[in-house]
Amino acid sequence: MKIVSLDPRVNRSSINQTEESVVLKKLDQFQTYEVFAQTKRGVHHVHVGSVHAANKKIAVLFAKEQYARRGECVNIWVVKTSDIATTEYEDSDIFDTLDEKTHRNPESYKVLDRIKKYKERTSK
Amino acid sequence: MELTERHVEGLKHLLYKMADDLLIIGHRNSEWTGMGPILEEDIAFSSMAQDKIGQSLAIYSILHEMGEQEPDTVAFTRNASSFHCSQLVEQPIGEYDFSLVRHFLYDYADAIRFDMLSNSIFEPLAMVCKKFRGELKYHTMHANIWIKDLAEGNEESKTRIQNALNKAYPMALSLFEPSEFDKELSEAEIFSGEDECRTIWEKEVGAVILEAGLEIPQVSDTEEYYGGRSGKHTEHLQPLLDEMTEVFQIDPTADW
Repeated sequence: MKIVSLDPRVNRSSINQTEESVVLKKLDQFQTYEVFAQTKRGVHHVHVGSVHAANKKIAVLFAKEQYARRGECVNIWVVKTSDIATTEYEDSDIFDTLDEKTHRNPESYKVLDRIKKYKERTSK
Repeated sequence: MELTERHVEGLKHLLYKMADDLLIIGHRNSEWTGMGPILEEDIAFSSMAQDKIGQSLAIYSILHEMGEQEPDTVAFTRNASSFHCSQLVEQPIGEYDFSLVRHFLYDYADAIRFDMLSNSIFEPLAMVCKKFRGELKYHTMHANIWIKDLAEGNEESKTRIQNALNKAYPMALSLFEPSEFDKELSEAEIFSGEDECRTIWEKEVGAVILEAGLEIPQVSDTEEYYGGRSGKHTEHLQPLLDEMTEVFQIDPTADW
């Protein structure tokens, strides 16, 4: 039996009705590429999402339409997802900053008194 | 220079055929929305179809400023015989290979025409043509990459693209059907004519076809699909218009 729809395009395609669901095999899907977009020249590219594509040229084509259609964009990078190396979440404690390492925090540097002295000296 | 009545008539004819081509190809290509081969391509193809409708609106708006009816009226209330689109754009979408190849052949023609008209002495048209340069560049880029990739894919994809090309190429020549106004529009530096447009198109499209390792189809009767510009259409146009205007016809005076 053919699928009957309010959409004339569906009727025109005369698609057979089937009860079974289709399971895609691994190769039925293209690999993914991660997309990085730049809002103006000189600033960092920012990760905006991913696309499925057969190769990197097509990935660029798709990235433009998926992620750079509305806002400002001057440039796009795509990188094969499988080419990205990552840390594991279970290792996220490697990012912990210990309380005593205040020297890593710019706020711990007290320089205002020296700036003040410098200004006084040079204004004379 | 001052535009004569004859120039205005020729300009309107030119604008109608451009806008009608854009509207009909835009509608045709939108038939893939939700049914494209993969999600990302579905979105890209739909977005380009929407661009075409936008471009047609810009040109119908120029016509409106020249005294023709409102864009919606012009788009939704004419019968097939009052449309000036070429017979290429009204063809059914077929399988994706045909739609892709038609998009390739049509968008090159469109980009070349818009580029030529960017230098027209008719300012409103030149401005519109410049405005869409970026959109058209993406459209031809999209077409190029797909045509080359599929031609270099495997035996099946190459054969499909070549067969679609053999079918669509003779139809695409109908985009350049000469008009009785070509000479005067060219002398007035409004539009340098269908012949010039076609010469550039054959060169540019031909280069992509050969680079992709495909063959440029030989056409025995270049005028086989002529007639669209004067309202002679295939049986495919009227059903398209009926479908496109179905909602509009329920209440033509409704505010959207």
